[in-house]
Order: sequence, then C-alpha cells, then structure tokens
Amino acid sequence: MTHATLAENFIAAGDRSAWHDRALWFVREKRDRQADDVPEWEQLREAASAIKQHTMSRLPDYLQEFELNAKRLGVKVHWAVDGEEHNRIVHSILQQHDVRRVVKSKSMLTEECHLNPFLEERGLVVVDTDLGERIVQLREEPPSHIVLPAIHIRKEEVGDCFHEHLGTEEGASDPKYLTEAARQHLRQQFLEADAGITGVNFAVAETGGFVVCTNEGNADLGVSLPKLHIACMGLEKLVPRAADLGVFLRLLARSATGQPITTYSSHFHGPRPGAELHVVIVDNGRNKILQSPEFRRSLNCIRCGACMNTCPVFRRSGGHSYESTVPGPIGSILAPIREPDQHKTLPFACTLCGSCTDVCPVKIDLHHELYAMRNHLDQQQKLEGSKKLSMRMTAGIFQRPALYRTAGRVARLALRWLPRFLVYSPLNMWGRQRELPEAPSKSFRELYDERHRKN
Amino acid sequence: MPANSRTQIFTALHAALPQSSPLPDLPAEGPWKIFKDPYTRFVSMVESVGGTCTRAATSADANRLLADLTPYKEAVVRCSLVPNVGDSTFDLDSVADPHELHDVDFAVLPGEFGVAENGAIWVTDNGIPHRVLYFLPQHLSIVIPAAQIVHNMHEAYARITPQQHAWSGFISGPSKTADIEQSLVIGAHGARSLTVIAVEAI
Repeated sequence: MTHATLAENFIAAGDRSAWHDRALWFVREKRDRQADDVPEWEQLREAASAIKQHTMSRLPDYLQEFELNAKRLGVKVHWAVDGEEHNRIVHSILQQHDVRRVVKSKSMLTEECHLNPFLEERGLVVVDTDLGERIVQLREEPPSHIVLPAIHIRKEEVGDCFHEHLGTEEGASDPKYLTEAARQHLRQQFLEADAGITGVNFAVAETGGFVVCTNEGNADLGVSLPKLHIACMGLEKLVPRAADLGVFLRLLARSATGQPITTYSSHFHGPRPGAELHVVIVDNGRNKILQSPEFRRSLNCIRCGACMNTCPVFRRSGGHSYESTVPGPIGSILAPIREPDQHKTLPFACTLCGSCTDVCPVKIDLHHELYAMRNHLDQQQKLEGSKKLSMRMTAGIFQRPALYRTAGRVARLALRWLPRFLVYSPLNMWGRQRELPEAPSKSFRELYDERHRKN
Repeated sequence: MPANSRTQIFTALHAALPQSSPLPDLPAEGPWKIFKDPYTRFVSMVESVGGTCTRAATSADANRLLADLTPYKEAVVRCSLVPNVGDSTFDLDSVADPHELHDVDFAVLPGEFGVAENGAIWVTDNGIPHRVLYFLPQHLSIVIPAAQIVHNMHEAYARITPQQHAWSGFISGPSKTADIEQSLVIGAHGARSLTVIAVEAI
C-alpha cells in the first residue's frame, strides 16, 4: 500500500493523528531544551559526522581491528551477509546451548532481519523486554517508532492488552500501574531466560567492545543472568576509538528522548566468567548503501529517532504508515535503496521542509537525500504514471515562459470564476482537504511591470 | 558459519570505499562545556534524572544517611560491596549463581566518579562478583568519592579504560520508562530508586 493510503487511515481514526502529533512534539521540545544546554552542540554534531565519515572510508580496516580485539577478549565473532544468514547463526548458537527461552532488548537490526518469527517457528520462546516493544509484541504488531515503539498506542489500549495477557484489572489505564505489572511479568521472564540477545549502539574498533544504551535496564538484566549473550550489530555501528563514545553518548539520548544521557550505558568487553559472548556482524544491504555516493551518509545514522519526532508528516501519519522497520525521514531513504518497488512512495511522504536535517545529530543531509531519492526512483522507472505525467507537464510549462504566463492567467481566472464543484472536483488533489487561496487579480510580473512604467 | 561470508563482505567493502576523510581530534580540554562548580551541577543532574545525591564527610556519616533511608530500613535482603558503608544480610561470596540474587531489596555499590554534565556515574565490575547487582535489586545506592567529579563525557573517557573490564558503564538515575503515552514512570525493570552518596573521606 502507498504511504498516502495508510496515512489516510490513520488520520481518519478520530483525533489520533492530532494526539500523536502532540506526543511527538513534546519529545522534540525536550530534545531542544537538552541541545540548548550544550553550547558546543554544533561542534559535537560536526565531530560526530566527521568520525562517522572517516570510519566509513576505512570500514574494512576498522572491522578487522574490532574483530581482532574482540577475539582477544574472548568474544566469538560471526559474519552474516544477509538477514537470513544472521537468523541462522543466532539460531545455531542458541541450539548449541539448548536454549528454549530468550529475552531480547531493543534491536532494530533483529527487527529488520525478522529474527523473532524465525526463532519462534523453530520452537523458541522470544520475549521482547523493552516495555514499548513488549506491548507491541503482545498486540502482534511491529513497533511504530525506533525509540518509542508504542507511541501510537493509547494507555487505555495498553490497559486492555495487559488485562488480556498479564491479568491486570479491567479498565485500568494508569501508566504507573501498568508499568508495575509489566515489571513483575518481565522480571519473571528475565529469571527464566536461557539467553539474552541485545543490539549494539556503538562498537569500538580499538577496544573490541561495544556499548548498549537503555533507560529501563532491560538489556543488562537480560544478559547478566543467563550464561549466553548474543549481540547483533549492523556493520556501520563502528567507531574507531573509545574517546569517540564521549561525542556520541552526549548526542544520542539528548536527540532521542531529550535526556542528558540514557540511564544505563553499558560497555561490554568480553564474556562474564563461565559465560559466552557472541557478536554477529551483519551486512544485509549496507554495502550497497555504502557504494552509493548520494545516499551513503545515511549509514551515519545512530537511530535516535529525532528526525521522526520533528517530521510534520511522521507526526501526523504515524510510523505504521511507512511499512518499514525504520520509518520516518531516515527510513524513507534506507528502505527504497534496498526495496524500491515496495517502498517507492516513502520519499514523497515529505514536504522537503528540512527540519530532519536540522535536528540530525550526525548531520545526515536527510532532505537532500530524500529529494535525490525521488529522482533516483524516477530514473529507475518506479514512479506511477499520474505522477510522471504531472511532472512532465509542469516541466513543460516551466520551460516555456509564454506558456507559463498564460497558464497562470488561466488559473487565476479559473479559481475566481469557475463554479465550486468544478474547482473542487475529484481531479484536483490540492482541493481535497483544504480551501484553495483566493486568486490575486494580477501576477507578480504584471505588478512589477506596472511599477516600472510608473517610475 | 560459512567462511566465505566474511570474505564476501570484505570484498564488497573494498570495492567502493568512500574517499578518505580525516578523523577529528577530541582534546579532553575542550571546546567542551565546563562548570563553575561541577559537584553542584552533578547533584542537580542526578535529581533531574530521578535520583538523589547527598554528601557525607565520612563513612560513618554515610551509614547514618542509609539508616534514615526508608527503602534501606525496610529492606529485608541487603548487601554492600563498599567497605564500611552499609551492611549485608547474607554472604555474597557464597552466591554462585546470579539468579539467587532475585530477592535483594537494597544494594550499596561503589562508583568511581560522577559526570557533572549529565549526572552519570562510572561503574565497573571490579570487585563485583555478579554485575547483575547493579540492575536486579529493588533499590540501589552508589557510593562515590565526593572529589571525583569530572565536567563532561570527554573528560570521563580520558580517564577510563573500558577494555579492562568485561562489563563497565555509566548509570544515570534509577531505571525508568515513558513507553506508555510518554508518562515518565520510575522503576521500569531495574532499581526503583538511586541514592548517590558522595563521601569526602573515603
């Protein structure tokens, strides 16, 4: 389905769109307050962008350095070309340890690879332990946002879900009460798990370790009890030095949720005594993005979600309308590079306002890339006929000044004199949800000429 | 694991690497923000992230603070890994499996230093038999030397060597979530409260 169709459904559902918009804008404002508290914010963004760009230019060297150092620390390193291979590797490690129950903290990579269904089909019990992720898991739907997975769900709906699955009181919707119920339920899951799976926020080449950030402490509880920890990372997660973490940890939580830092920023360097630590490094199309000069900067992304919280389209249309693991502005670049046919409408779900580029902590030129992606899709013959036709017509008019002037005159007259049912006919997309502006009697050019004649 | 996946990934990476660009220097001294009174800033940041921070002159003072603290007083199962601060109701050395720690109500644990800009505390598994102690107990107190407050994260990284510890990390405040309608709830999965005690003579 197209983004526009799915967004229409979201907007049609009462005041949900306005409520969703307010919830995300609240997070955006918190982000602004935190960014304003750091006078060197722009220098930090510059540094983060430069570190990432440098790392990408020497990625094979840094990956090798990371692997070498990680192995030295006793970490088992695996490589996966695609999601399927990643899932098979994770499954075989779990099998070797006779694992039946797995607890997982948030990992967009495992979402991208569809690890949960893969493991469940093979008889494992997989429990997502981030509260928001647990809510969407129980509701059997994907997360709608990469940092706030359940941002589209109202507390009453969480209450219904928990009443059904966790036995909370019917009709109870107090977030404190519901969170406490989830705490009790998930503590049991942590204690019963045979293995813990986490994502990776940052991996450090010079140390061979990695950092996982959470507010709830679910990643740490998940991997500090069982004897097996599997960390899944995309190969773009590397930074060269531990000191680089200083830059990224200052930016990440401030950009994501408007906190000065996440509650827990855990550094893992080797297994606990008597336990095993595995890292699975995944490509799954990242190489393809790296090879594209136009879009490679999108690999700098640290998955903070700031571009989603600020995007006027995302805020009103909801994350599910993107039908992509990573939605919003950054997702509208990453998804169509890999699967243009499935995600070709996403780069058009954008007003090119540039707000995403302004807030991005690693300075990805998001709105420029979104614009470039539109051209890219056109060149690949992926655009629908009506869009191509209207583009060609507009281009034709803009190339011929006389025609442009005539068209403008006709439009002004038409807006003024045509009956309403014709102006707001189904053919005019721009008249569907809005009143068209009153047509001025003269064009700018006519006014300019008049003024010149007078002087 | 098929041995050629690694080769395949590296071959593809080498095929079209972006033009090389320099790695920026990150001098610890800045341009980063520093504070006139880093300790005061640290205290206010710990409070802003849902914790408390109190100064104690000596470990005896720290013990008096704990004795007045409701979750500590009410804790049935307690443990401490800070010499002379807090007490243990069981023998931690005899705990072989971290799962046995599921009923700990209150833990008193050491922290190396605090970070003024964000209220985070650097902790490591040095001397900690089970690192889950930082996450599993219902309530947590972290004891730090009052003089050990750095201004920002760059200074923090200048003084640590994370690869020396299987686990280490920054902890800023108690466990929290806002996943239900953006309502902040303290006490998600980890500690329900964090009491930082900054001891002058330790």
